[in-house]
Amino acid sequence: MKTLPSLVTMLVLAAVYVLPVRAGTDVTGARLYAQNCAVCHGADGHGGVGVPLALPAFLDSVSNDYLRKTIRYGRPGRVMPSFAQLSDAQAASIVRYIRAWSKTPAPHFSNAPVRGDAERGARLYAVQCAACHGADGSGGRGTGVTFSRPRSLPIIAPALRNAGLLAAASDQMIKATLNNGRAGTPMVSFRQRGFSARDIDDLVAYVRSFASATSTTPKASAAGPAALIFDSPYNLEETVKNVKQAAAGKNFRIIRVQYFDQGLVPKGAENTKRVIVYFCNFPLLNTALTIDPRVGLFLPCRVTIVEHAGKVQVMSIDPKRLSTLFNNEELDRICDKMTHLYRDILEESTL
Amino acid sequence: MSPPSRRASWILLITLLSGALVAHAGDLLMIRSAERFPEAMMTLQNAIRAHGYTLSRVQRVDLGLTRSGYKTDKYRVVFFGKAGEIHRITARHPELISYLPLKLAIFAEGDQTLVVGANPGRFSRFFPAPDLQGIFKRWEHDYRAILEDVRHAE
Repeated sequence: MKTLPSLVTMLVLAAVYVLPVRAGTDVTGARLYAQNCAVCHGADGHGGVGVPLALPAFLDSVSNDYLRKTIRYGRPGRVMPSFAQLSDAQAASIVRYIRAWSKTPAPHFSNAPVRGDAERGARLYAVQCAACHGADGSGGRGTGVTFSRPRSLPIIAPALRNAGLLAAASDQMIKATLNNGRAGTPMVSFRQRGFSARDIDDLVAYVRSFASATSTTPKASAAGPAALIFDSPYNLEETVKNVKQAAAGKNFRIIRVQYFDQGLVPKGAENTKRVIVYFCNFPLLNTALTIDPRVGLFLPCRVTIVEHAGKVQVMSIDPKRLSTLFNNEELDRICDKMTHLYRDILEESTL
Repeated sequence: MSPPSRRASWILLITLLSGALVAHAGDLLMIRSAERFPEAMMTLQNAIRAHGYTLSRVQRVDLGLTRSGYKTDKYRVVFFGKAGEIHRITARHPELISYLPLKLAIFAEGDQTLVVGANPGRFSRFFPAPDLQGIFKRWEHDYRAILEDVRHAE
């Protein structure tokens, strides 16, 4: 049948689609990696929005089980989503593909729990670990290497209290990391620094104690309206002026005022009763970009003023609601502040 | 072509297409293009138009990025929509105005380019009105198609 693609054509397409694949590597894994992982971690595993994976220091210190569970659970609140929709076989294929970046065989760790004194571990943690991993185990700032940090410093201190990490890393793996460190990264060998076996066990016990306060289940999305809308007692022109003043008063620079449908309809045909005020706070923007390079979806900051049937309203997105799409707790915190700022601007401009 | 071969062809085609889906990171749709930023930006704009949308504006959001020590100043937000559709929807649902026109963020990452958008299909969480759900699904479909066009451009 002429309308059907020939089998040969399909095979050629298949070959093109899966290439480039390293000789001897898992073709399914390569395809699944390209489909699910490469967009963030890079086609070659050297990182991007996501952390680099093709680092010998990383691959040589984590088990395949850890990688599989990381795919399964993700890192709730730390950008890496859960890929629960992948089958065990598909996750295993991806792990084989990633593993082939290292010449060293995958380490294996037993599931035997490490017994230690978590309270004593907490004291050691505060002195030895908190500077990088955060006092509360919330980890280093930012995501991968796109904007968060120089590519020469590809390592991000993991969030040790993260439920996904705790579900993926066995006690023995954490212990081995403390014992051996990770060469070429700020994570030093605690054994070489003179820590005793007891010290290390106590640290493992403390890190494991974070698990009681975390969950791999994603947080429910915040409820409520997704847009902030206020009625204005002023006319359209006065309200636009008020919005500009209120935004400037919150240290935003007004970058543009335009009609809502400008560019969508021919010039002169715009609805002049819908006006957008765009504004920006550049230091805040740069901070947000280090936290999540995808934050452009919030940008530029904007308030829309609408007049309909003699009534004027001012409105904006609710950043707190939009942030729920990003799986990034750091971004949630900034967006919480942004929601307050937007509310303040909308309130002040309609007082 | 014999029936078994035909079946095999279709199975293979479906497998290929399923493998070509836009990667999703949570509720965002995101692709990595092998093209450099200027070419990827051109491809994106062409893809948006090819899917029947009007490009309303390209916004730079990178002013000051290089001043702040970043190595890229290639970060834009591309706004687009269909005037009639946006007019009709926002007349019934003014609460959607702040989320329109539609937009995609595009930024350079070395020699490659990333394009990301909030999945419009997930807007149903924010705006549960029944008459909006079909529109959100269609936008999601269009986003995926646009992003696939950009991903496959060489």
